[in-house]
Amino acid sequence: MSSDVRFTDFKSDKQPTWCPGCGDFGTMNGMMKALANTGNDPDNTFIIAGIGCSGKIGTYMHSYALHGVHGRALPLAAGVKMANPDLEVMAAGGDGDGYSIGVGHFIHAVRRNVDMSYIVMDNRIYGLTKGQASPTSREDFETSTTPDGPKQPPVNPLALALSAGATFIAQSFSSDAMRHAEIVQEAIEHDGFGFVNVFSPCVTFNDVDTYDYFRDSLVDVADTDHDPTDYDAAKDVILDMDKEYQGVLYQNESAQSYEAEHDLTENMAEIPDGAPDDAMDLVREFY
Amino acid sequence: MPADFNWAIGGEAGDGIDSTGKIFAQALSRAGRHVYTSKDFASRIRGGYTAYKIRTAVEPVQSVVDRLDVLIALTPRTIDENLGELHDNSVIIYDGERTTMKNAEIPDEMVGLNVPLKRLAEEAGGAIMRNVVALGAACAVADFPIENLDEAVEKRFGNKGQKLVDNNKEAARAGRQYVHDEYDLNLPYALETTDNDYVLLNGDEAIGMGALAAGCRYYAGYPITPATNVMEYLKGRIERYGGHVVQAEDELSAINMALGAARAGARSMTATSGPGIDLMTETFGLVATTETPLVICNVMRSGPSTGMPTKQEQGDINQMLYGGHGEIPRFVLAPTTIDECFWKTVEAFNLAEKYQLPVYLAGDLALAVTEQTFSPEAFDMDAVEIERGNVVDEETIGAWQNEKGQFKPHALTDDGISPRAFPGTSGGAHMTTGLEHDELGRRTEDGEMRIKQVDKRNKKVDTAEEREDWSPREFGDPDSENLVISWGSNEGAMVEAIDLLAEEGVDVRFISVPYIFPRPDLSDEIADAKEVLVVECNNTGQFADLLEHDALARVGRINKYDGVRYKADELADEISAALADTPEAIQ
Repeated sequence: MSSDVRFTDFKSDKQPTWCPGCGDFGTMNGMMKALANTGNDPDNTFIIAGIGCSGKIGTYMHSYALHGVHGRALPLAAGVKMANPDLEVMAAGGDGDGYSIGVGHFIHAVRRNVDMSYIVMDNRIYGLTKGQASPTSREDFETSTTPDGPKQPPVNPLALALSAGATFIAQSFSSDAMRHAEIVQEAIEHDGFGFVNVFSPCVTFNDVDTYDYFRDSLVDVADTDHDPTDYDAAKDVILDMDKEYQGVLYQNESAQSYEAEHDLTENMAEIPDGAPDDAMDLVREFY
Repeated sequence: MPADFNWAIGGEAGDGIDSTGKIFAQALSRAGRHVYTSKDFASRIRGGYTAYKIRTAVEPVQSVVDRLDVLIALTPRTIDENLGELHDNSVIIYDGERTTMKNAEIPDEMVGLNVPLKRLAEEAGGAIMRNVVALGAACAVADFPIENLDEAVEKRFGNKGQKLVDNNKEAARAGRQYVHDEYDLNLPYALETTDNDYVLLNGDEAIGMGALAAGCRYYAGYPITPATNVMEYLKGRIERYGGHVVQAEDELSAINMALGAARAGARSMTATSGPGIDLMTETFGLVATTETPLVICNVMRSGPSTGMPTKQEQGDINQMLYGGHGEIPRFVLAPTTIDECFWKTVEAFNLAEKYQLPVYLAGDLALAVTEQTFSPEAFDMDAVEIERGNVVDEETIGAWQNEKGQFKPHALTDDGISPRAFPGTSGGAHMTTGLEHDELGRRTEDGEMRIKQVDKRNKKVDTAEEREDWSPREFGDPDSENLVISWGSNEGAMVEAIDLLAEEGVDVRFISVPYIFPRPDLSDEIADAKEVLVVECNNTGQFADLLEHDALARVGRINKYDGVRYKADELADEISAALADTPEAIQ
């Protein structure tokens, strides 16, 4: 790990195919800055991505990376981190990947509290398949598959996380570059599962949850007296139906990470050339 | 066929049948006798019918047979269920004071021993020990040293305090004494003992132990019968070596966790059964196309869907060979015995890493729940070799970088095998993806690169076929014109069936195949034989289909899909009948 890593070291030489103006550019830049600011380098960083526009992020960044199947980024990331706790592990995906097909894993990843970060590029739409409703789409959001709107309330991922026992819940906005990078950095520095829901607008298929909408409506908890270590205060902002917030909304600093709970410290890649020295004891147990 | 003794205890789930049977099996093992066990059990916690059966002899035993010499019956149903296996000299031990057994009918030709199991247990310290009283009674019937039973009792209850151990020993003695006092037995069941030391373990445990020997450090799984024992064995042991077991929220998660750990460089595995394989198939293609070494253990049970969860079947060959969309190579190994469960697990890890692909390790319920004795030398840990394949480090990585210094995880090579750089390796940062990719692991839709990557992945199979030994195991008369082929757990029953057939004057050559893919080419053997019979526990003959495909010839089939493994005598009868019949299909 070197101290002179620049955030551009995390950039690959592959040009993104995201639409011009896509929120994912800003989301990715913030991730790269946060990784560099926390003293990581590409050789000790592992990015796991799901499927969707967001899933392409591993290609555009430079690090160890695995682009998995739809919805399973979190268990993949947990496996990487448990097997080598020295690695900086970051999972990234979209709202469809994380809150629809992958929502079961989301709840359990939150409970498990592996020391990693999870960045969700939430654009409230299925972009790569050209504009269908996502689990965070508004109730009346008209799409090709929901011409009259989904007619069901959107998932509140922050509330799901809180109810599942999250130790770090944050929200950011991809175009507020400085704040977004700071918030992701806090997620990385958090000793546990650092969850950041990033409003990352889709300029092609979502004309409701736009840059303008978020710019005008987001309340930054840093500008309020919000105390993220206060569970009830966190509950209030997370369940607020009238306003949307950015910043670190909840943090439990006293919770132990999964690795600490299970005493995982070793790089499991390192094994001897043969059976363990005391392996015949395993046989003798069966006498 | 060895001079064997066949014993069983049966009752309802919740009666402690399994642990009582295990104690007696352990006692027989401590007495230097070989043991082979089987279980009849239902997927429920209480009620129903359940039994633990033991076949024991001084010589090795590797099958169940259709005969029962001593039966401890805790319920009337236990007698009914086993009438077909009981014979004129069979002994039935029962507690006539138990309400449900009061009116139990002991067939006239058999020996009924009415032993007040509960009352004697209460006198020894608690009704819960009634099964141990029955074991004592069995010791009297079989003239079996109670000291060996003591050893098994100590192993079972030793961690629960000396008082409990002593009470159980007393309970056993009370049962033995009662039979001595009340019955004048003249039965041919005196069990010879030897000084040999044996270990007693089941197939799931052998797989778990093989994983530890092979350096497996990460296991992610979701409980499912009959694979859960692999996870339970590893939990509490893998930690000694710096490893970890995680119970995932479902099989989708389990295989992804295992895949993540494997990408981090750990020897990683998951174990499940058919319904779990269904779910894991989603991620299987990702494992294979990212060329990640992973051992996926499929302890097969009866399907489809929930099927018969506690019953034997070998119905998943097609699922393992062809499961998943698209085309991608995978290896499928199927250990044929419990000790081979250990060795094939070691081999599976080596093959997975050398050829950088998923390896299915196909056990089945018959292997998984059977306890069998072996010499400890059968698990010679010094013979375990660990081969990790082409792993690069900071010094050697340069040879695998392009002109820009980018590492090529899917480099095109003559043998199809690319280098692996574990995360943390300087200069090795790379991605890979379930999308078709180039040498750098980045998405491509270029037709030429697509063809190269597909060919490269397939090339690994050719390379493995050349470099590795895929020989089957052979038994019986190599010159016989009657060829029997089987795979997986049928080997034990068939090996014993060979002796039974010989007594009838029927000779057979038996080839037992532990490799489903790649597999040995048996075309010549099939061509040379006059009659070929393929034995497997499924309905359609999935392995027979493969052999016909390989040999371009028809083979005869013996299939069993009632949920019960083959018994040696039953199999001998079937083979004998099939050979006498010579169905037209056989060339």
